[in-house]
Amino acid sequence: MSVLVYVETWEGKLKKASYEAASYGARLASRLGTDAYAIVLNASDDASVLGKYGIKKTFSVKGEHFQHFHNYKYVEAIAHVAEQIQAKALVLSGTFTGKMVAPLLAVKINAALITNVVSDPQEVTPLTVKRSAFSNKGFVYYESQSEVNILSILPNALGVSESTGQGEVEEIVHTPETNIEIQIVEIDKVKGKVPLPEAEIVVSAGRGLKSPDNWGMIEELAEALGASTACSKPVSDMHWRPHSEHVGQTGITINPQLYIAIGISGAIQHLAGVSGSKTIVVINSDPEAPFFKAADYGVVGDAFKVVPALTEAIRKFKAQ
Amino acid sequence: MKVLVCISHVPDTTSKINFTNNNTEFDKSGITFIINPYDEFGLTRAIWLQEKQGAHITVINVGTSETEPTLRKALAIGANDAIRIDAEPTDAWFVASQIAAQAKEGGYDLIIGGRESIDYNGSQVPGMVAAMLGVPFVNACVGLEVDGGKATVIREIDGGKEKSIISLPAVIAGQKGLVEESDLRIPNMRGIMQARTKPLKVVAPVESERKTKAVLFEKPASKASVKLVDPDNIEELVRLLHEEAKVI
Repeated sequence: MSVLVYVETWEGKLKKASYEAASYGARLASRLGTDAYAIVLNASDDASVLGKYGIKKTFSVKGEHFQHFHNYKYVEAIAHVAEQIQAKALVLSGTFTGKMVAPLLAVKINAALITNVVSDPQEVTPLTVKRSAFSNKGFVYYESQSEVNILSILPNALGVSESTGQGEVEEIVHTPETNIEIQIVEIDKVKGKVPLPEAEIVVSAGRGLKSPDNWGMIEELAEALGASTACSKPVSDMHWRPHSEHVGQTGITINPQLYIAIGISGAIQHLAGVSGSKTIVVINSDPEAPFFKAADYGVVGDAFKVVPALTEAIRKFKAQ
Repeated sequence: MKVLVCISHVPDTTSKINFTNNNTEFDKSGITFIINPYDEFGLTRAIWLQEKQGAHITVINVGTSETEPTLRKALAIGANDAIRIDAEPTDAWFVASQIAAQAKEGGYDLIIGGRESIDYNGSQVPGMVAAMLGVPFVNACVGLEVDGGKATVIREIDGGKEKSIISLPAVIAGQKGLVEESDLRIPNMRGIMQARTKPLKVVAPVESERKTKAVLFEKPASKASVKLVDPDNIEELVRLLHEEAKVI
């Protein structure tokens, strides 16, 4: 019996969201009195770094079949390693990639799948974990009825537990058998930005900014904080900002450590996508904006004065 | 072309969420149920395939008789017929097994679900259906064109979009982008009248295990009221974020 963590890569590099999954897997393994292993596909990074997060050994799968993400091929390779090490629990991150993999993997290895996991298990036998539900308006404790389980962690819900150490790495070969073909035509990447679902700090703005020309100060604040930028639905509907920045119920769900909402009133559909944030700061000129009820910190004031002042204060703080 | 659209019956977005029976059940009292918004984007895209490419649309739900008004609404929007699997949808594996069984029988070219349901947010059923059928699966689908036995799909990836060509049959899990909100249809009187007489088949569930069980529900801890910071003393906000919230 053991624990297997699926570690994602982005252009060959190990993804930060996966360090959180690795940490989770290591803690779970120690509670089960066993070891945590990892599998990584198409990595150019040295996977021994996963040892810092408690991974004993990483199986690194390379080769032409895995150069592009292909959910069925990736699932086959993960299932192959899971069988080799007799994994009873598999852990991955609930990213877009994780969501392409997890349900297929569950069927392939006949496992229970629990997604949106937000805490370490309450119990390990039977496995009982807390997950987020009702679009952040509730939590549900799920009890597994299965011998083998897959846990998909809500990105940023738990963070990493880092120590020292170096893991082993074993390169393995796997030839996929699936006959499902996916012909990739085009990949359109947003350059140089942390994907929103994985961002630790997000600066977001809404209609209160009055015009797309006023986004410069939002980007400056984001840069000072090392944050990703997002926007409300009306702003993406008016094409002031790309749809890929829209956070909220019909857009992207985010769970950052810090969410700063500027000129966003806080409609319930918006809150559904952002209320998983650990700390929420609302900047709005309207003291009656409903968002203040969901905020930890609020500034009632003119965004055009408050935001540049905040950027300046952050820069000063960072310079210290 | 035969299209199967999976419909989740979920509490309206603005619902207050409460739990009952010692927090072991979701409290349905006073809740208005709707078609899961992510499924509605997929349903609308399917209606376009019906109108422009002659597709036949079947909607399917796993649920008790209380979900029938939601299925009737999908019929009023334009689906040709409906299937209700008569069972409580408490577990993704169970639900996926039911849909996969119907899909095998019906020989559908395309199965469309939603990226997630807005109640349990599982993101599991469409992918499981695909794996059970052994057909391509595309999650977070924001673009779909069908041409003969192939589909060109666009999906959201971590940090961008990917366009690919897959062969049918296939399963996609949709979201906004498949169609826009302004494309969603409100059923008209004619549609509502027609929906009353469209076929709605009730089917007994196939044998399947349930791999998970919800044992306890919990509401988020209520937030302490907002701490207001003077806009003329914004350094105070930075101090609070660093020392109190410890997020910077």
